[in-house]
Amino acid sequence: MSKELITLSHISKSFDGQLILDDLNLVIHENEFVTLLGPSGCGKTTTLRIIGGFETPDAGKVIFDGEDITALAPNKRQLNTVFQKYALFTHMDIAENIAFGLRIKNKTDQYIKDKISYALKLVNLEGYEHRMPDSLSGGQQQRIAIARAIVNEPKVLLLDEPLGALDLKLRQDMQYELIRLKKELGITFIYVTHDQEEALTMSDHIVVMNQGYIQQEGSPEDIYNEPENAFVADFIGDSNIITATMVRDELVRILGVEFACVDKGFGTEKPVDVVIRPEDVELVPRGQGQLAGVVTHIIFKGVHYEMEVQAGGFEWLVHSTKESPVGTEVDIRVDPFNIQVMNKPESEDEQALGVEDV
Amino acid sequence: MWKMFKDRRKAGALASPYFAWALIFILVPLMMILWYGFTDDAGVFTMANILSIAQPEHAKSLLLALELSVISTVICFLLAYPLGMILAKNRMSSQGIITTIFILPMWMNFLLRTFSWMTLLENHGVINGVLEFLHLPQIRVINTPGAIVIGMVYNFLPFMIMPIYNSLAKIDENVINAARDLGANPVQTFLRVTLPLTVPGIISGVTMVFIPALTTFAISTMLGGSKILLIGNVIEQEFTLTYDWHLGSGLSIVLMIFIVVNMVVSLISEKKDEQ
Repeated sequence: MSKELITLSHISKSFDGQLILDDLNLVIHENEFVTLLGPSGCGKTTTLRIIGGFETPDAGKVIFDGEDITALAPNKRQLNTVFQKYALFTHMDIAENIAFGLRIKNKTDQYIKDKISYALKLVNLEGYEHRMPDSLSGGQQQRIAIARAIVNEPKVLLLDEPLGALDLKLRQDMQYELIRLKKELGITFIYVTHDQEEALTMSDHIVVMNQGYIQQEGSPEDIYNEPENAFVADFIGDSNIITATMVRDELVRILGVEFACVDKGFGTEKPVDVVIRPEDVELVPRGQGQLAGVVTHIIFKGVHYEMEVQAGGFEWLVHSTKESPVGTEVDIRVDPFNIQVMNKPESEDEQALGVEDV
Repeated sequence: MWKMFKDRRKAGALASPYFAWALIFILVPLMMILWYGFTDDAGVFTMANILSIAQPEHAKSLLLALELSVISTVICFLLAYPLGMILAKNRMSSQGIITTIFILPMWMNFLLRTFSWMTLLENHGVINGVLEFLHLPQIRVINTPGAIVIGMVYNFLPFMIMPIYNSLAKIDENVINAARDLGANPVQTFLRVTLPLTVPGIISGVTMVFIPALTTFAISTMLGGSKILLIGNVIEQEFTLTYDWHLGSGLSIVLMIFIVVNMVVSLISEKKDEQ
């Protein structure tokens, strides 16, 4: 893995007596696309603002490239931010917006001119130099905000829900755009979002946060396929989260029926949570599966049918390309490697803390 | 079509009291001033009333009024801007209290407020009483241009604070953060981002202070004694003492030219800002 660029160690922050971040530790590597993902109020934006220098942590340190920058003013940090809702300077034209950082640094006119045309080309808005920000669409304004940040050649680009105000189609286009930009620039991106799909699409590394704690870190595949606790499983994609008992290694009792699984080391007769993704639940004719059930709802979603199946006293969410009409008597079958076993949190605090820290 | 016609007729009917109001209380008096201003007692056209501004005592009172209202406007701006910034920063918490403190005096009559400054500033007034008690040298402010400036600043300050506060409060906090993020220190951020973004507020504040300050006669009468005459006092005297409505109207027209110029400047900059 590449060099460690930013280290947050033991960061705590509260506002008006409310704890937002509690002893947060995070390492960000060079040239990674890192996403801080979580519901609103989880502390992801505060984390970003602490890295950007807009908030000072109550405790803990921010190390940037080996240097302690905890108390450094934002204008002295080698990183730039793309803000939510763009935050362009409405009294300046596009060229002057992009030139802002370079003018502060007293760069030559020729250098600034070259940089402006380079940046506009990079974000596909050539010829917009003399337009005013208000005359641009939301997507265009966001591109200008990105151009304004990257002309300063930061080592890290911080992005605070930059696509939040855009409509769905534009958001998807901008996701590909951001991946391309990241590749072309070869710098670190730290991206904050509450949109799990955005996070899965763009990131090299996802940090799932809730209530001021990191719940799980890893690649998008890790996070999706092997959520470590019920919060992560529930937040990332749809899932069936069921209370179960670990009978012994590689055998788990779900709703009174024993299922083979691949997880080990949870002990014997131990209460656990299991996560089964809806696309991993197979519906087979009665008598051929592990658990008998009846289809109660069906919706056509385009790519697949979304069905609800009442089985063993639990409402299972099932995604399948095959249609099973309401009332069909079916059996549920789950392959051992599609059952993800997780420790059960013993208290609410523990739940917030995430299993990895227990 | 019929409906639109009916709607328009209805709207016209509803607006008619305002038209009547504007006609009787704005347009007619304005016409009368223009007529009086450009005629003499015999009703013959003349420029004499307008040109009388060149007479030394008239010119002096106009220049003094301009000088004092410019000084007051500048002082109001220097006081209002930092205060506006404090108010905008504390949008949530202490804003209510501070706003109330500044709005509270506005509930009292304008003349009463100015009258109380008279009591404060008088040679045997409250301030000198306190200074005497403390064995400090006494001040002689009443009946000086300084007293008039104090009165103008005190009375017109809220008209400067409000538009400046409004334009400051409209600035997205992240716009300021963006400037800092791009390398600007606090002074550069203020000069390149905050100040330019509040220009419309500053202009409307300046207009709202400068125009009433330029035309006032009550403040100068009460705090300036009878010795200091501003153009407003001269015009007032022409109407109420010497009953020379022609001369009073002529001088009013001259004063209006200054006001119109000020309004045009502020309109142009507003238009520019919109673009």
